[in-house]
Amino acid sequence: MLQVITFWILASVTVLSAFFVVAARNPVRSVLWLILAFFSAAGLFVLLGAEFLAMLLIVVYVGAVAVLFLFVVMMLDVDFTELKQGFLSYLPFGALVSIVLATELIIVGNAWTEANVVVPAGASATPEGVSNVEALGMLLYDDYAYFFQAAGLVLLVAMIGAIVLTLRHKPHIKRQNIAEQVGRDRKTAVTMQDVKSGEGLGE
Amino acid sequence: MWTYFLQPENPGAGFWIADTLSIIGLFMIVLLISLAFLLLMDRKVWASVQMRKGPNVVGAFGLLQSFADFLKFVFKEIVVPAGADRTLFLIAPLITFVLAFIGWAVVPVAPGWVISDLNVGILYLFAISSLGVYGIIIGGWASNSKYPFLGALRSAAQMVSYEVSIGFIIVTVLLFAGSMNLSVIVEQQAGGFWNWNMLALHTLPVPMFLVMIPMTAIFFISALAETNRPPFDLPEAESELVAGYQVEYSSTPYLLFMIGEYLNIVLMCAMTTILFFGGWHAPFEFLSFLPPFFWFAAKVIFFFFMFAMVKALVPRYRYDQLMRLGWKIFLPTSLGAVVLVGAYVAYSGAAS
Repeated sequence: MLQVITFWILASVTVLSAFFVVAARNPVRSVLWLILAFFSAAGLFVLLGAEFLAMLLIVVYVGAVAVLFLFVVMMLDVDFTELKQGFLSYLPFGALVSIVLATELIIVGNAWTEANVVVPAGASATPEGVSNVEALGMLLYDDYAYFFQAAGLVLLVAMIGAIVLTLRHKPHIKRQNIAEQVGRDRKTAVTMQDVKSGEGLGE
Repeated sequence: MWTYFLQPENPGAGFWIADTLSIIGLFMIVLLISLAFLLLMDRKVWASVQMRKGPNVVGAFGLLQSFADFLKFVFKEIVVPAGADRTLFLIAPLITFVLAFIGWAVVPVAPGWVISDLNVGILYLFAISSLGVYGIIIGGWASNSKYPFLGALRSAAQMVSYEVSIGFIIVTVLLFAGSMNLSVIVEQQAGGFWNWNMLALHTLPVPMFLVMIPMTAIFFISALAETNRPPFDLPEAESELVAGYQVEYSSTPYLLFMIGEYLNIVLMCAMTTILFFGGWHAPFEFLSFLPPFFWFAAKVIFFFFMFAMVKALVPRYRYDQLMRLGWKIFLPTSLGAVVLVGAYVAYSGAAS
């Protein structure tokens, strides 16, 4: 009973906030609605028994990715009226994309329930005898270790690429060398100069 | 007693809800009242370091100062700036406040004394603490003013950076415990202070304490950064940003921000206690005639004292140094520690 009520609350909040992501006037508010959608989706995961995934969704998407999202959107100088102008011309294309997406989701859902084509271990979030975390770990690190490593490599390449593309050493910027600073002592910092009277140091 | 109430013989839904609600209520009341005195302690410690007396007028030794401040905040007028996003401006402190409380849902303060003994308790805590940044960002943005906004941006970058190393440090502890359940993590450290994860002397002759003591220190420092405490209080650096994200806040919304901030600090102290200092266990077996809750509270108060001392003693970091410390020193160190602890667990046969 409690579960059913929770499901309906979470599901309706997810759908409503997903709607407001698109409908909100202000992009910052859109991101905030998106965060709410993530959050209630995590709640749905908990109801399914996939508590580990739920926590990961919050840690990774809500706690890190969406913060950076918000960070970028807040700093953008967007003209909201200009943003809304192309709405009607993009509407048919957007509708097409969303219809295709919805159809695909429905097809996958049907295949899942009717044919049970997915691996048996994937059918339940908590297979008997092992916890949710262990089940996921076995899938990732035993059955699909190669794919897991490959995905990691792809991410590493992407990260290095992003760094290489944006890293610039500007010539006239003073950088702090902390080791040098800490290692400074009297011998390296002070020099004795004999100054002749009336001439100064010259430089 | 508590476990009996948490898992009643005939769990009718109504009974369960009423019972859980009463336990949550009890937690909140105890937390808020102890917070009032912890706040006073913070100010007293700070004052003592600077050779002042600190609050000493309201009540004996200033004991009622926090309550006086509370009343003052509540009776003031709530001022919302004209250009502010009204809804978000008022929601932001609420988010901070609520998130600070719901983290406590999984904190075991004594054997069985926990609202919800989640299997992924530590991840839950990690998730909740990573959400804490939203109150600050939303508050800073909704104020529609430059200083709060700069404070919010700083806070976002800072908390995201230090979360990463906190996550890796948590992984080292998880590897020792083999579980994400906080009660299990605490139970695994039973038997005396040499079994606490900070020292982990039960791994001898492998000297894991060489890894775990630095991890404890890094966790403590990252906790300072995560809660925006000095020396990492750049989001509210008064010499640069007036008061950072809370410039425009007054009265009750400000109070909510402040309570949330301090509750987060106490939560971080509790996390340090649970992860590295044996939770409710006494440092020696013969001292365990004192109740477990006493030891938990004593350790949390000790770490709160440490937080207060750091605030009093250490000058504020510069922002680029803060980022350097997080990304270039803490992240590689904690990543290396995960590798070392993982290798120990895998090759010593400690993993079941």
